[in-house]
Amino acid sequence: MGAGDLDTAFFAAWIEEIARTVGVEKERLTRLDAAIGDADHGANLDRGFTAITQALAGTEPDTPGALLALVGSTLIRKVGGASGPLYGTAFREAGKCLGDASEVSATDLAAALQAALDGVQRLGSAAEGDKTMVDALAPAVRAMSRAAQEGKEPGEAIGAAASAALAGAEATVPMQARKGRASYLGPRSVGHEDPGAASTALVLVALRTVVTR
Amino acid sequence: MKKLINGVDSVVPDALRGLAAAHPGLRVDVDNQIVMRASGPRPGKVGLVSGGGSGHEPLHAGFVGYGMLDAACPGEIFTSPVPDQMIAASEAVNGGAGVLHIVKNYTGDVLNFEMAAELCAEEGVEVASVLVDDDVAVQDSLYTAGRRGTGATLFVEKIAGAMAETGAPLAEVTRVAEAVDARSRSFGVALSACTTPAAGKPTFDLKDTEVELGIGIHGEPGRARSAMRGARELVHTAMDAIDEDMPVSGDNLVMVNGMGGTPLIELYVAFAEVSDYLAGKGARAARSLVGNYVTSLDMQGFSVTVCRLDDELTRLWDAPVETPGLRWGR
Repeated sequence: MGAGDLDTAFFAAWIEEIARTVGVEKERLTRLDAAIGDADHGANLDRGFTAITQALAGTEPDTPGALLALVGSTLIRKVGGASGPLYGTAFREAGKCLGDASEVSATDLAAALQAALDGVQRLGSAAEGDKTMVDALAPAVRAMSRAAQEGKEPGEAIGAAASAALAGAEATVPMQARKGRASYLGPRSVGHEDPGAASTALVLVALRTVVTR
Repeated sequence: MKKLINGVDSVVPDALRGLAAAHPGLRVDVDNQIVMRASGPRPGKVGLVSGGGSGHEPLHAGFVGYGMLDAACPGEIFTSPVPDQMIAASEAVNGGAGVLHIVKNYTGDVLNFEMAAELCAEEGVEVASVLVDDDVAVQDSLYTAGRRGTGATLFVEKIAGAMAETGAPLAEVTRVAEAVDARSRSFGVALSACTTPAAGKPTFDLKDTEVELGIGIHGEPGRARSAMRGARELVHTAMDAIDEDMPVSGDNLVMVNGMGGTPLIELYVAFAEVSDYLAGKGARAARSLVGNYVTSLDMQGFSVTVCRLDDELTRLWDAPVETPGLRWGR
């Protein structure tokens, strides 16, 4: 086990922190969604992570991979909309990628995040620049991979990923949506932050919050 | 926000309890949010399952019954249902001849139904899907999620439902469902936005002097905003958009649909204009439907859907139907 490697308890704390942040930020997410979508993103994620908190209270997965896979399947089953399958797939693919390891290094985490991104893109066929969650997730994956290759500890790699996700979400403001419900607006989708990119940044900021505790 | 509800979180289950109490012909699983025919699956008949976000009533649950759907899966308001609902519904209505999923083309609905269809196949239930995408306000290009499914969904559910009642195989029911979608075009106009219970205020601001053109059915803004005009001009805008995409001719099935907050008298004002417009093009509404069928909560506004009929589609449209939202001939 390397310095700063992450265990199941760490990932459980991450999920708890996501649930807390989504609860606090759900109105902002819904407001973003009202501008270019259908005003349900905050409520949907809140419902999903509330269900996850309940699911995790009933069972204790013993590896990070099993925990993330459970989070993913709960999201797919409980959330609906586009965010349920997309976030659900992201967590499930990340969980599968981690396998049954009990500790996760920066390199493992970078690979898991890449698997999450691949899953999201396979399902939603969005590319960077389409004004979707991919615009926050893809730069985060790149930042984390780079940090891992440079031999950084998980804490530092996660910090870089969170900053990249925030910048990526911010960068969706001037974009015109080409996927999802915002694409119906055409040029009128310009000037608003994408709610999916915003929530993806929240998820990665929650990871940073937990690792810096 | 003033709404006739008990609480923001219980709108969907409370409405489903009401649906069950009002319509003994339906079996409603309130906990899992599945609405089925009380009579159960008929051996050898293709099962029709649809679903989508709530807030579009009577679509979809109001169209469960003889001659239309076998089951509907209502999601949260404006949020697609989840695969668990669709799988349970598909298994429950499978009479051994397979199941057709009728899916409106929205990213969420498509993703959840895709996942459900894969899992159904793994469990040995044969599933085909038809995607409804009739809304001409959206350019069907690489740069959008494709055209939205709106009013034509009702036509697909009715006509495919009638075909399924004849005992036709899954491929035939799917073929006719696709034919209806291919021959249908819609365009919607909002006079006001709607208010979802969760948001508590209108999803967009529209002045008294403005209308929103090319709206969908989820309170999302349309493609353009324009000055409020009379019914004739608004209908012409809608019909021109339809005609430009699929020139109107011959006999048509025409629906003037209210978005939920528009009185029927105004919908008839609009239908008169649609009828005149068609006559001007040498076409006619051989069959018609006027009312609130594919709604967007309390939004004021209307949509027009035109389906070019042939003998087969006319016959299937006229076939008996007995659901809470549509009933004739039985």
